[in-house]
Amino acid sequence: MLDQSVDKVLVAHKLSKEVSSPEGTLTILNDVSFNIVAGETVAVVGASGAGKSTLLALLAGLDLPTQGHVDLNGRNLSTLDEDGRALVRAESVGFVFQSFHLVPSLNALENVMLPLELAGHEQARKMARSIIEKVGLAERWSHYPAQLSGGEKQRVAIARAFATEPAVLFADEPTGNLDSRTGANIMELMFELNRSSSTTLILVTHDTSLAERCDRVLALDAGRLVSDSGVAS
Amino acid sequence: MKATLFALRSFGRELRSGEVLVLLAAVSLAVAALTAVGFLTDRIGKAVARQANEVLAADLRLRSQAPVPDEWREIAAEFDLQTADTMSFPSVVFHGDENALSTIKAVSEKYPLRGAVRIADELFGEQREVDDIPVPGEVWADGALLARVGAEVGDMLDIGELHLRVSAVLTYRPDQSIGFASLAPTVILNIADIGASGLIGEGSRVRYALLVAGDEDDVTSFNDAIRDKLPEEIRVRSQEESSERAYNAADRAQRFLSLTAVISLLLSAVAVAMSARRFAQRRMDTVALMKSLGATQGFVITVALVQLLLLGLLGVMAGSVVGYVAEEVLARILSDLLAGDLPGTGLRPVILASGSALVLLLGFALPSMIQLRNTPPLRVLRHDEMPPAPSRLLVGGLSLAAVALLLYRSVGDPRMLMIMIGGIVIISAALYAVGRGLVSVIGRARSGVGVAWRYGLANVSRRGRDSAVQVVAFGLGITVLLLLTLVRTDLLEGWRATLDEDAPNHFLINIQPHEVDAVAELFAENEVEVPIFTPLVRARMMTINGESVKERAYPNEEGEWLANREANLSWSANLSSSNEILDGEWWPAEYNGPPLVSIEEESAMNAGLAIGDRLKFFVAGREVDAEIASIRKVNWDSFQPNFFIVLSPGALDGMPTTFISSMRIAEEKQPMLIDLMRKHPSISVIDLGAILQQVRGIIEKASLAVQAVFLFTLAAGIAVLFAAVQSTIDERRFESAMLRALGARRRTVFAGVMAEFAALGAAAGVLASAGASILAAVVAVQLFDLPYEFNPLIWLAGVGAGIFVVCISGFFAARGAVNAAPVDVLRDAPA
Repeated sequence: MLDQSVDKVLVAHKLSKEVSSPEGTLTILNDVSFNIVAGETVAVVGASGAGKSTLLALLAGLDLPTQGHVDLNGRNLSTLDEDGRALVRAESVGFVFQSFHLVPSLNALENVMLPLELAGHEQARKMARSIIEKVGLAERWSHYPAQLSGGEKQRVAIARAFATEPAVLFADEPTGNLDSRTGANIMELMFELNRSSSTTLILVTHDTSLAERCDRVLALDAGRLVSDSGVAS
Repeated sequence: MKATLFALRSFGRELRSGEVLVLLAAVSLAVAALTAVGFLTDRIGKAVARQANEVLAADLRLRSQAPVPDEWREIAAEFDLQTADTMSFPSVVFHGDENALSTIKAVSEKYPLRGAVRIADELFGEQREVDDIPVPGEVWADGALLARVGAEVGDMLDIGELHLRVSAVLTYRPDQSIGFASLAPTVILNIADIGASGLIGEGSRVRYALLVAGDEDDVTSFNDAIRDKLPEEIRVRSQEESSERAYNAADRAQRFLSLTAVISLLLSAVAVAMSARRFAQRRMDTVALMKSLGATQGFVITVALVQLLLLGLLGVMAGSVVGYVAEEVLARILSDLLAGDLPGTGLRPVILASGSALVLLLGFALPSMIQLRNTPPLRVLRHDEMPPAPSRLLVGGLSLAAVALLLYRSVGDPRMLMIMIGGIVIISAALYAVGRGLVSVIGRARSGVGVAWRYGLANVSRRGRDSAVQVVAFGLGITVLLLLTLVRTDLLEGWRATLDEDAPNHFLINIQPHEVDAVAELFAENEVEVPIFTPLVRARMMTINGESVKERAYPNEEGEWLANREANLSWSANLSSSNEILDGEWWPAEYNGPPLVSIEEESAMNAGLAIGDRLKFFVAGREVDAEIASIRKVNWDSFQPNFFIVLSPGALDGMPTTFISSMRIAEEKQPMLIDLMRKHPSISVIDLGAILQQVRGIIEKASLAVQAVFLFTLAAGIAVLFAAVQSTIDERRFESAMLRALGARRRTVFAGVMAEFAALGAAAGVLASAGASILAAVVAVQLFDLPYEFNPLIWLAGVGAGIFVVCISGFFAARGAVNAAPVDVLRDAPA
């Protein structure tokens, strides 16, 4: 059931994350709040150790905050167990990672089929074929990750992320392992797919030029949200 | 359902990618080893049991003083069993003017049902096995009889009204007894001749027997079916009761074989556990990814379990084929050596090995799979996020339950099972503790060594728990290999020593006191060592502590039988070398006080006798009253003259005494026995050679089997070592690439890796040597009733083998990691 903020696809409410270390308790995120509406493209920027990846993990339900909560598509992730959060991800989340994270034993097509199969789509193979054509790898679908270049691996990852037409797509430094030219091509592809499928895109990046292409930029510093270039309604 | 389908579909992909090959290889090897061991133990067990059955010449024998009625023959036929008839009785055999008392054995076609009769064409000629019986009108006669009556092959013998031609010398029949009941040499003739002999009539002392043999289950069913119906005059004997000695040997052989099977099983378990751990570790990234894409824990565990099961089935299939083929080859090699004596087996070992492999997989791979289920999805962002380690209780419980289940099946003996499991648990705990100790010692020691050693020792130290686990695995592997070596050499040697080449091969019985000197002289003349002559006095026990033996209550029937039968007494000043005093004291050599008596341990137990009890014997019209002074253990395997009841010197003076003796007579000296028998016709010569050969045959078969099975155990042990090294190979590839990228020479990196393996191997070797020595001592003393001698060489071998095997395995396993081009490894990190 959705609440009244129908178009708020993602709500971060007073998020804090603490971890214990040999030096004592470390606060990685400190009281971070914001809303993101459907179809927005949001860049999360900040120096190394600012808490970008931690924020991403909390928003996607890969980890739980020490305080506060995340509402994804109207559901409070803190009230769900690990399996419940997995189901939410299966329904409405896609990922693109810096280091691609393709399953080495599966070929390109099979990697794209994976989330479709997990979500129980009957036509997984057909749907995967169509999206792999869109990312320009129609000829290379049977190749294994080891046989693909970095740019091609990331295209497969993007195809996999968009295959289930998720409500929210999280991208963690998607061009971090690519040269600038390939990186630019990959981002072009991502924004294009984002437009055509009206997915909400949340992008963690160091790259200011990439951040500028987004509707909105969230800047983190030492775990605090220090600037928000746009205001969600 | 979705997860099952997914698992089935992706299994093919997993196989193609080669990711699961290590685990598959471990399971296949486990099944191959277990199948081959199972087949071999099954086959050899049957061969050994069959050899033990030879003592009866059958699986079962129904014996009676009157002809065994046809009724029982018909019932045996209903159970698909083979039967043969025998009659035996004493009779005088004539050759011209010479004559001698003989045991006449009349047999029907198919005799013997187990074992084979051996004959020769002349006295002391080459013997051969035959599978028929003498034709009517002919006999096969014992060489001793022919010597005594001065006959040769081709001569005619008269037995009752029969006039029969000697067609061969009888050298061995499977059911010949070394007891005192059949002192007289045997003549085998066809049962068809008996009717015309005129020897069977009222009052003749004929023993009739119906021999029965066939499939093991059928024999058991037959035995169960007739047991309660048989009239009192017909007595049944099965192999267990028939020959204590052969059965003991067979029983020990079975224990050796099951011990070997147990060791292969343990090694397989360790290999499976280690490769399952690696299998799970290599899948952690994929599982984290699948969870980030929305897979639930249930999905993850279902996929893992279905794939594990598929892997198990595939491993079982591959392993069964390999095991079956290997066993066929081994059986062929063995059967050449064993004169084609190995009976075939069914598919049972394959089924058992498959079941065992699946239990093994569940017991040892399941904890890793459960850990996989708890992989945090956050791992997709932070590679160092690990699932919590599976609970020790779960890991320990599952693996112990699996081991107990599997061991119980192959050991089938709760006491041995407890010893084995106890040994495994204690050694594992000790190895783990010392493994951890070593890790901390090495952490401190590394500052004083060169760069390569520092790198290697730092690795041992840094991998902390993993290093300790590897020490446990290596240590356990080496322990069982050492244990097997000890069992194979030390124990087998110890066992053989009781039946060495010097064991007596002849018994002389019924030597009259006045003949002793002459016989001794004859031995001296022929340059054969003069044997010890042991006195024998026939007596009857009258009372125990004043109570009549007939009225007394006994702990069991054997005790009652012992007290009531005619007893063979002996006396001796010194304790025989094959005897050991368990309780009380042996009398001094010069003792000449009131009569004392020493009783054999089991007889004392069966008859309920204890130190201080008074026994009264009746000997040739006189009474002897003696007090029990000691309880003895007798090594019956020694083939020396031994007695249940031995009295002190002087107790039997003046009683009618004969002497018996046992000695080893080399083959070339054996013709002197003909001379002996001619000069002293009343002395009975019993050839133990054939019986010894039978017992030795059983031992040879057992040791051959153990050695053959040892090859599989060795393969399983090496698999463990490879699995252990493999489990760290990814890490090593990466580290080696990093070090080389930082400028380390390949040789330096390699020396570091070798230093690490040498340290691990030495630690495992020390612990394994200690463990194996203790276990071998326990096994020897507790299970095989053999004295154990500490062998310091085992420490040298253990530590040397530890370093050598771990370094060699490490060399081959780590070579690829060290040699990989740094740029490939570093670029390739996570895909």
